[in-house]
Amino acid sequence: MIIETTFTPLTSLAGGALIGIAAVMLMGLMGRIMGATGVLAGVIAPASFSDWSWRAAVVVGMISGPLAVLAISGEMPAVAVPVSTSMLAFGGFIVGLGVTFGGGCTSGHGVCGMARLSPRSIVATGVFMVATGITVFVIRHVLGA
Amino acid sequence: MRIIISYLIGLIFGVGISISGMANPAKVLNFFDIAGAWDPSLAFVMGGALAVTFVGYRVVLRRPAPIMGDRFQIPTKRDFDLPLIGGSALFGVGWGIAGFCPGGALPALGTGRTEVFVFVAALIAGIIAAKFIQRSFLSETKA
Repeated sequence: MIIETTFTPLTSLAGGALIGIAAVMLMGLMGRIMGATGVLAGVIAPASFSDWSWRAAVVVGMISGPLAVLAISGEMPAVAVPVSTSMLAFGGFIVGLGVTFGGGCTSGHGVCGMARLSPRSIVATGVFMVATGITVFVIRHVLGA
Repeated sequence: MRIIISYLIGLIFGVGISISGMANPAKVLNFFDIAGAWDPSLAFVMGGALAVTFVGYRVVLRRPAPIMGDRFQIPTKRDFDLPLIGGSALFGVGWGIAGFCPGGALPALGTGRTEVFVFVAALIAGIIAAKFIQRSFLSETKA
């Protein structure tokens, strides 16, 4: 199933800038990489309480994001899901495996790692962007789902 | 104090994800669907985030230590190993199937949509399974 979306260069650029500000603040204040994978993994399997508490606070802050947008704009951010529940569950499990073995996701490798010009992050980002593109092409244009 | 700062950083990230469109699988999948319903918005998300982080890191990393911590904790590995390449490829396949990445899905939980909870539950199961595999079979490459 395909749900058409409109091109939103300005809000997407502004949203990206906020993501960058959060990444710079976490590094400048606490010396940590703003990666969703690392933050979530540290909440699930914490090394210590102090290590758990700041990550849990980041996650709670993230979850408050859409509510803050609702409070300011009067509208909940759009979440349109063009895939089945089984694809969400299967895809979610695969993502969990992949980001743990690969050591990061779009935020950790794609933003923070690439901004440091880390060779591993540049390679990881290239690999997952190409893999995602191929997967979407196969699902939509080969399988026609 | 660290908790409040961490919450605010998460909130800024969550607002950024929300308005950028990264929390919206339809928009994410359309970005990758160049041969179909292409929506190039996510290139602007990546561009905005990278530009700010690239410049910002250069400013804050000039200090000897973070303001509220004892040292900068930055990955030091430099080799391209199988977990990096294979894991990233696997992540891409899952992202292409579901349309959510971890950084998009966590803020999306705040919308209260059932689909997001399904994805995040499966994501957590995948992370736990991968950590179990790493501990059991790949102890020398502990993440």
